[in-house]
Amino acid sequence: MPFRPLTLIAALCLAVVLPFLASAQTLDALIARLPDGNFNDRAAIVAQIAETGDPRAAQVLDALLEGELEQRTADGRFVRVTGSRNNQTAVDVLTGEDLGPVARRSTEAVRVNNALRRSIRTALGVLTLMDPDPARRLAAAEAALRSPSADQVDALAEAMAAETNANIRTAQTRAHAAAVLASDLPVEQKLDAVAVIGAANAQIVQQTLNAYRNAAEPELAAAVGEALAAAEARQRLWSQAQNLWFGLSLGSVLLLAAIGLAITFGVMGVINLAHGELVMLGAYTTYTVQQIIRTNAPEYFGYSLAIAIPLAFLLVGAVGVLIERGIVRHLYGRPLETLLGTWGVSLILQQAVRSIYGPTNREVGTPDWMSGAWQIGEMTLTGPRIAIVIFSLVVFFGLLLLMKYSAFGLQMRAVTQNRPMAANLGIRTGYVDALTFGLGAGIAGLAGVALSQIDNVSPNLGQGYIIDSFLVVVFGGVGNLWGTFAAALSLGVANKFLEPWAGAVLGKIVILVFIILFIQKRPRGLFPQRGRAAEG
Amino acid sequence: MTRLIDLRLGLFLAALFAVTVLAPLATTLPSTSALNLPSYLIPLMGKYLCYALLAVALDLCWGYAGILSLGHGAFFALGGYAMGMHLMREIGARGVYANPELPDFMVFLGWTELPWFWYGFDMFWFAAVMALAVPGLLAFVFGWFAFRSRVSGVYLSIITQALTFALLLAFFRNDMGFGGNNGLTDFRDVLGFSLSAPSTRIALFVLTAVALAGCMLLARAITISKAGKVLVAVRDAESRTRFLGYRVESYSVFVFTVSAMMAGLAGALYVPQVGIINPGEFAPANSIEIVVWVALGGRGTLVGAAIGALVVVALKSWLTATFPDLWLFALGGLFILVTLALPNGLLGLVDRLKPRKAKPATEVPA
Repeated sequence: MPFRPLTLIAALCLAVVLPFLASAQTLDALIARLPDGNFNDRAAIVAQIAETGDPRAAQVLDALLEGELEQRTADGRFVRVTGSRNNQTAVDVLTGEDLGPVARRSTEAVRVNNALRRSIRTALGVLTLMDPDPARRLAAAEAALRSPSADQVDALAEAMAAETNANIRTAQTRAHAAAVLASDLPVEQKLDAVAVIGAANAQIVQQTLNAYRNAAEPELAAAVGEALAAAEARQRLWSQAQNLWFGLSLGSVLLLAAIGLAITFGVMGVINLAHGELVMLGAYTTYTVQQIIRTNAPEYFGYSLAIAIPLAFLLVGAVGVLIERGIVRHLYGRPLETLLGTWGVSLILQQAVRSIYGPTNREVGTPDWMSGAWQIGEMTLTGPRIAIVIFSLVVFFGLLLLMKYSAFGLQMRAVTQNRPMAANLGIRTGYVDALTFGLGAGIAGLAGVALSQIDNVSPNLGQGYIIDSFLVVVFGGVGNLWGTFAAALSLGVANKFLEPWAGAVLGKIVILVFIILFIQKRPRGLFPQRGRAAEG
Repeated sequence: MTRLIDLRLGLFLAALFAVTVLAPLATTLPSTSALNLPSYLIPLMGKYLCYALLAVALDLCWGYAGILSLGHGAFFALGGYAMGMHLMREIGARGVYANPELPDFMVFLGWTELPWFWYGFDMFWFAAVMALAVPGLLAFVFGWFAFRSRVSGVYLSIITQALTFALLLAFFRNDMGFGGNNGLTDFRDVLGFSLSAPSTRIALFVLTAVALAGCMLLARAITISKAGKVLVAVRDAESRTRFLGYRVESYSVFVFTVSAMMAGLAGALYVPQVGIINPGEFAPANSIEIVVWVALGGRGTLVGAAIGALVVVALKSWLTATFPDLWLFALGGLFILVTLALPNGLLGLVDRLKPRKAKPATEVPA
């Protein structure tokens, strides 16, 4: 059937008038009339259905929109038919009763065409704009903003007047403004509408106003141009903020990966090339914990990370103690040999994990409380990223406190500064060595838990971080935790600011080359250790 | 005066000579003969010798000057790319797209003219020079900066690793003009000889053996010269050598550059025999693997490095074919075993088993 705008408008007018004529009509009576008449009559009935305010109206219209509303030939009941051709099931749209499988020819579909679909969407929009459920009201307002239509001006105005929730009213006001712009209302009203839209975030401004850039009315076009330019400027500013956030987020990932190394390499002087694999073990611990919870007690899934964090720390820390006692202990004072030995360990750990868990990526879930995203101005902050930034800061400052104020931290520093003297004072240096290495490994395990939330958990996970974390530690200055902190964050931010104009890979290369040159200039890093200890 | 060719080097060179002569002969025997060597093994053996050459190159700078480079794979790959670029140009119009100027991947990426850095690679001599000059120049510049600012030990290892990692990322990019992650392949011939012809393969194998022998003699000559003694002094006590008035950085830069050029030569010989070069060769893990070859054979012995490479690579070929899951366990175990139990490598073990003579084996500290 050809599209006839005039008849559509007529139908819509009728739709506005009819309720007054037949306001007493119930949903059941209206739906019975749906199969009769042509598409225009149906459009009128659709509008009436929306006007009934019946809570079942939305599902009837929805079924109709999807082309799933059918009438059973046997008893005339209206059903929603779903499923494939040979396996159809029906549900009564009015009562919600499940009618089970139906034969293919036992029902007659209520047919829809594009014009009717448009009327249904409008009707549904009006219906849901006033829905008792706030989430659906908000969704309806946002949908109206996305596809503004002049028909909705009044409905939106009505909804705005009735709305009590400020957030939803804002959304409705914007949708209303967009609808005004789409209508043929006077220019003054449209100028107000541009002002309303201009206050929204840049994306909305652009998608709504772009169409009116060359509006017929010069003052409107000018106002639109200004609003667009303002939005663009605002967006540029915010995109810098977003870059900064991405940079901090990357920096905190680097920080997490590097802190453990800052202990083993920075404090003990041991080159632990298995560090990346320790991170990977932490990630697989998380995966295993989640698997066990999934199969045994899925209702506790939200606690999986809370369980994985201490477990990964202890488990990976224990692996670290084993490595120290088994290999590293024999190689103190021979850093290059340590490097080779721990590389061997890393290969074995990689292959062990590959043999046990398989070479493919493993799925690690994000608990509900952590997923989600927050919108601040023009930028989006995702849950896992925020959690990692906070987590890395907690780990870092926790470690700092441990080093500074605990007896263990004191012994650790004593042993690294002057081993024979520490031994003379009764510190069991071997024991402290093992625990220090274990601490560094445990922190790598914590990093693994965090990284499992944002990265692919595969046997190669550690390989991606090892070079970066070494560079962070060396760049910051070996033996200096604050140096590691500064280096991780500044490299992260620099990387993200380079990305827009250099591309991700080239940006990374630039950073690598920069660090190589920097180390030539200042071989001991940003914050070198001074005094005798530095001569090692 | 130390002799240029001592017993160990003499034995190794003799064995190398014997293999180089006998292996090609063995391929000509009838296939029924027990001594017949299938001709596909010739490039494989040539590949092993390239690795041995690479190990000798690393041993020269690690074993004798204490420069543990974790980026020697980068020099090897650069040499390989230089040769690969020449072989790409030699394909000429026989490529899939039949473009006489541009290699296939450039046509595929929609490039219309040859990038400037590909100029000259149509000439063999130019590519051969570049295979040595590019790694040499990179090593010279890198070493010049690093050794002058006295970056040494672990720091140097880490930045060489960063160097090869940066190159890995760079060569993976399609825009770089080196074929992206597919690298360079589909070579057809070199200097007009088909690469798949048995005679070309034998010639390349013999050439590799000659290069290995030559480089070992060169390395040996360097290490027994006065400069070599200074290098050992730098390795064992850098500050003391400096205080004695030697310019430590000049010696280090020299040996690092020579070593990088040898690695480039190994790469240039490797590519025509293997038939492909891709950015994976820059992977830091590859460079670290070279270190274990040297460490297993015995660092600071040259012959040991070559033997170590041959042993590990043969082990790898065998294990990855028969027990693929075991290879990384074996390699990892090897690293641990060598560092804990065999600080002087296999040759050190041989020395220990031999009845002691007057002069004990020199201890090699890290």
